[in-house]
Amino acid sequence: MIAFLFRRLIALVAVLFGVATLTFLLIRMAPGSPFSTERNLPPAIEKALLEKYGLDGDSGRKAAVEITTQWGWNEEWTKRAGEVGSFFEQYTDYLSDLLKGDLRLSTKYRNRSVKEILAQTLPVSMTLGLTAFVIATVLGVSLGCVAALRHHTWVDHTAMITALLAISLPAFVTGPILVYVICLQWNLLPVGGWGTPAHLVLPALVLAAPFVAYIARLMRSSLLETLNQDFIRTARAKGVSEPSVLVRHALKVAILPVVSFLGPLAANLLTGSVIVESIFQIPGAGGFFVNSILNRDSFLLGGVVIIYCTLVVIMNLLVDISYTLLDRRIKLDG
Amino acid sequence: MAEAVATIPVGSGISPSQRALRHLASNPATVIAFCILVVMALSAIIIPAVTPKEWASTSSAVLEAPSATHWFGTDVLGRDLFRRVFVGARVSLLVGLAGAVVSLFIGTAYGLISGYFGGKIDAAMMRFVDLFYAIPRLILVLFFINTFDDTFRNAVASFAAWSDIDGLVPYSRILLLVISLGLIEWLTMARVVRGQVLAIKSQQYVTAAAALGQSHTKIILRHLLPNVAGVVVVYLTLTIPAVILDESFLSFLGLGVEASQASWGTLLKDGAQSINPIQNQWWLVVFPAIAMSLTLLALNFLGDGLRDALDVRGKR
Repeated sequence: MIAFLFRRLIALVAVLFGVATLTFLLIRMAPGSPFSTERNLPPAIEKALLEKYGLDGDSGRKAAVEITTQWGWNEEWTKRAGEVGSFFEQYTDYLSDLLKGDLRLSTKYRNRSVKEILAQTLPVSMTLGLTAFVIATVLGVSLGCVAALRHHTWVDHTAMITALLAISLPAFVTGPILVYVICLQWNLLPVGGWGTPAHLVLPALVLAAPFVAYIARLMRSSLLETLNQDFIRTARAKGVSEPSVLVRHALKVAILPVVSFLGPLAANLLTGSVIVESIFQIPGAGGFFVNSILNRDSFLLGGVVIIYCTLVVIMNLLVDISYTLLDRRIKLDG
Repeated sequence: MAEAVATIPVGSGISPSQRALRHLASNPATVIAFCILVVMALSAIIIPAVTPKEWASTSSAVLEAPSATHWFGTDVLGRDLFRRVFVGARVSLLVGLAGAVVSLFIGTAYGLISGYFGGKIDAAMMRFVDLFYAIPRLILVLFFINTFDDTFRNAVASFAAWSDIDGLVPYSRILLLVISLGLIEWLTMARVVRGQVLAIKSQQYVTAAAALGQSHTKIILRHLLPNVAGVVVVYLTLTIPAVILDESFLSFLGLGVEASQASWGTLLKDGAQSINPIQNQWWLVVFPAIAMSLTLLALNFLGDGLRDALDVRGKR
């Protein structure tokens, strides 16, 4: 177990390193700089800005140019080597800042650090995501069980058709319609905003709906398959009560596919929350994320991507661990 | 021996694909779903072509509720929504289909190679898929589209200049959407194809082909590919709604198709903005939502029906 955890932690670091590198590459490959939308920026000011935000690897460029001139390369090649030197310095600078836990400054929101922005918005998004996560798991598993136990009855059919409907309806369809009916016609819940538990109900439900459906379908087919297996017949034959057969024997095995879906679920909830936050005007990280892309706010974008990926990778690790706790036959390796 | 032959029941003369078709036709949900899709596709082709041209342009009849002239009402710029919903259907269905086809090529090739070669190659390739499953993929797409938008536009513009095709440039975003959505939706396809290949590659005809000295490429293309075709068709039907959803997600955020064009995502975005305490233009949400949900529902039903009919999961 400890060896497994150790290996997975190393893999986690490797994945995060990969994510950071990929993020950096994509930011740098994008044409234009965060300041290119500013009108007629004097070269001197642009240079100062680039230096302030660490977007320029000047000393790397100089070093590379110096070396290649000494080697007697022609001008064209020296210039290119300078670019590579600058690029490499930017990369190592960014990585070393990340290692120090510094996500740098936002290039658009003046004098606000990425960390500050994330510290304000991420808890909001996490609350929303976590609530939806719990709703999706609990509701999905229970609906799936009910449907499986009432197999081939109207309960099963209705549940499965509703599930397919929920999968086919995106949040930006269900969201506005629910707002129209529940908030505007019946005045039951606030239309949007954040702060009280009442603000959380509708967004969390809308965010969770497709995943409730997905988990219910998964749970149903898995439980149906498990209930047909020999060890369930044995348990029933030796006189174990029906609830006990279900909970202690069948569920323990049948829930495994659902558990393995929880990792991707975390990833999906993160992306889904971007939409839900915009529909319900929730001050979460989603809006900043979309804006950081549109504004070329490089470090905010990098920060959000790295934090999102870290959360998802940790989630996957937890899923793998809970897998073994549920089923001792599964060996932890890799 | 003769007796053994005689005992084979008469009904077994039909081929597996015929049996699947019969099974499919006997399921009313699948048949209805298929009809809905045909009607939707035909409407998307015909309706924008036959409705009056001036419905597409802006007019003073702004935000009118559904009436006898404008069946679905008009939008904030006075354009007829009935026409716009089906113009949007063109883009959404096209992106869905083309994106799914891109993902089909990637996923099938990936799954075939991974399953056929097995061992360490397989393990490494599947770890990569697992990794991708864990990353919030739409975030990557957002990132990707924004990064390559300008580059791609320039490439399309220079291609248009070179090939003398007018009006290509406005479609560069749609093309980029198709490619990038195809690039992220191939994972499930790859997994399923690989599973199928693992099951059939140990069968005798594959061993025989290898023993006869056929090359890897030939074995994969002539013997494995035809036998995974069923699965591929099933997951193609299930990938189309996923891509349509992705596209509408991006359009909703303003990163999908451009404002001058319409897709269900952009229509729903406009609709969502119109629902607030001050004004209630419900038709702006309801009609695009019905069109989109009906299509997605039909595709999902059809995919599920196909999966049951071909018994894709059961056979493994």
